[in-house]
Amino acid sequence: MPRQILLGDEAVALGAVHAGLSAAYSYPGTPASEILEYLVKQSEATKAFAAVWSVNEKVAYEEALGASFAGKRALVSFKHVGLNVAADPFMNSAITGANGGLLVVSADDPGMHSSQNEQDSRYYVDFAKIFGFEPSDHQEAYDMARQAYDLSEELGLPVLMRLVTRLSHSRSAVETRDPRPQNTLKKGVGKDWILLPVNARRRFGQLLDRQAEMVRLSEASPFNVLKLNEKDRKLGVIASGIAYNYFREAMAGPAAPPSFLKISTYPLPLALIKKLVDHVDTILVLEDGYPFIESRLKGLFGLPGKTVLGKTTGAVPASGELTPDLVRQALGLKPLPALAASGLPLAGRPPQLCAGCPHADTFKALNKALEGYQGSNVFSDIGCYTLGALPPYNAIHSCVCMGASISMARGAADVGLYPAVSVIGDSTFAHSGITPLLSAARADTSMTVIILDNATTAMTGGQPTYGSGEGLLRLVEGLGIAKEHIRTIEPLPKNHDQNVQVIKDELEHRGLSVIVAVRECVQEQRKKGS
Amino acid sequence: MKQDIILAGVGGQGILSIAYVIDNAALADGLAFKQAEVHGMAQRGGAVQSHMRLSDGPVWSDLIPKGEADMILSVEPLEAVRYFDFLRPDGIVVTSSTPYRNIPDYPEIETVLAAIRTAPRSVVVDSEKLAKEAGTVKAQNIVLLGAASSFLILKEKSLLETIEALFRGRGPTVLEANLKAFELGKKAALGS
Repeated sequence: MPRQILLGDEAVALGAVHAGLSAAYSYPGTPASEILEYLVKQSEATKAFAAVWSVNEKVAYEEALGASFAGKRALVSFKHVGLNVAADPFMNSAITGANGGLLVVSADDPGMHSSQNEQDSRYYVDFAKIFGFEPSDHQEAYDMARQAYDLSEELGLPVLMRLVTRLSHSRSAVETRDPRPQNTLKKGVGKDWILLPVNARRRFGQLLDRQAEMVRLSEASPFNVLKLNEKDRKLGVIASGIAYNYFREAMAGPAAPPSFLKISTYPLPLALIKKLVDHVDTILVLEDGYPFIESRLKGLFGLPGKTVLGKTTGAVPASGELTPDLVRQALGLKPLPALAASGLPLAGRPPQLCAGCPHADTFKALNKALEGYQGSNVFSDIGCYTLGALPPYNAIHSCVCMGASISMARGAADVGLYPAVSVIGDSTFAHSGITPLLSAARADTSMTVIILDNATTAMTGGQPTYGSGEGLLRLVEGLGIAKEHIRTIEPLPKNHDQNVQVIKDELEHRGLSVIVAVRECVQEQRKKGS
Repeated sequence: MKQDIILAGVGGQGILSIAYVIDNAALADGLAFKQAEVHGMAQRGGAVQSHMRLSDGPVWSDLIPKGEADMILSVEPLEAVRYFDFLRPDGIVVTSSTPYRNIPDYPEIETVLAAIRTAPRSVVVDSEKLAKEAGTVKAQNIVLLGAASSFLILKEKSLLETIEALFRGRGPTVLEANLKAFELGKKAALGS
């Protein structure tokens, strides 16, 4: 068996390729970006399948669903909050079902390394009532991706794989197997795929009918492992996904570990959980994310005669990323002896805009232009420019979700807030900024939208963007913004004074203005230069 | 046989290239390994670290527990000190002495170097000077890898072969500079 070094993200991607993948779609987002990055490279080399950066996650999901309708195996991947954007087609695809195998990969970010929240995608598995995988290591990520396609076609449903940052961005060696050929075209059955109420009711009933079968599949899955310690009936541990590694790490010594159940598939394997619960008095639940398993185990009133420990009891912190140290503590083990602190006060080193970044010049000009107004209101968005929140810029006042800068500025302007400014990157604008700008243009809302056109999706490593350059200007004009209030600036130190003037002029315009700040990302420039 | 290493530095200093070389050398040497790294927002000029775990048995956790690291390998002196609580009491610190000052409250460099010397075993190399001597200031990460090489459980041949594979595509000048950077780092560490 060949061994390859792969990121967790790449292990999933290669597993899908070897399962006969025909098409993959995604929108970049940490920690999921490397899945499609890898597939794009493979696709460029082999031309064997489509690998596409979509304009947003909803579009990506629907594109993958279309490929599945056509009978082919498809993948859609995104970060956890990307699944919120794709939630509409996702939930409905559990009703239409899948024709060709459909693997949905959602990468969660416990600890919020690079995210606005740490929501847990397992709730979406439960919500849609489909089958889910949660790998603990790279080999499982590869093997599960392969199996997910067979299962998806067997059940006629999409299958979701939940990753977490620590696995997505960890590298290890993976043993790969011979690839399987792609499916041939085979159209979906219309009466299943047309979600008129009459069809949707029937299909939802069929989905409910399959739930017991999915529990049985989960109970039979070799990825779930139950080991009972006959000599110890006190403590049992349930560990899911990457938490299992931390548990085994803590128990790597010579002493026999307590009884444990490793959970890697959903719906929960009830029979295995029952065996563990019947064997012990106290159950410690270890999971990276929300207390999904723990809450179901406890229900509203707890398990009679048993003690359940975990995030809801404080045995493990309720928020933040799980670590091997936290798991040691939860198991009652002492911290390992470590080198004493050096006594040096450690100055923090937060991320910051790169030297020469165009956003820095835009923020300097914007801050200057806003001087003299009573309280500025700059609604921002998701991207490198969110770092404009930090010193020395302190230039923005909100960051909520993709595209929200424009819609929020409009709402604030509607109730009298002035000046209302929106700052949004070109990729984020294409993702979710076009529709709120169309709506604001119809009302000629008194607000100033600044689109930072650096011609790339910079934060996630420089993926292509859909709304840049001349095309972006034409698009903005087509949305109905008056031509004299579509302005462009080049954010460079030498243009500071004139850029300030342009922004000031548009702030004074009591209607909708769009200023496009055009300068290429310095990282992308560097890549081209080297 | 196992070795746990915290790789540290600032985003853009080439930590992931060091990790790449160690990963591939481990694969060549038939060792199991896991290497957790940082992507996304943190990479923009912020503190970055990678957990590198090598073993001839199974590697469970992707993260190194505190007190378990055998080595801190840092391309920046302040960043070396940041992870002291991960190091075993008898662990070794291999670090550059060249500060990367992109924060307003960066301490006096002498204070930082004194803090590094509180570790029982430390190897401090002037990576900037050695990389320039090797031919490119960009090779500071490989200087540090060379400095650490004598203390790694990996075969030097495997490390050098991976460095060759990594830089071959960038032309003979870059490749030679990096091989020399490795050698200069190794010598400096043995002489310190």
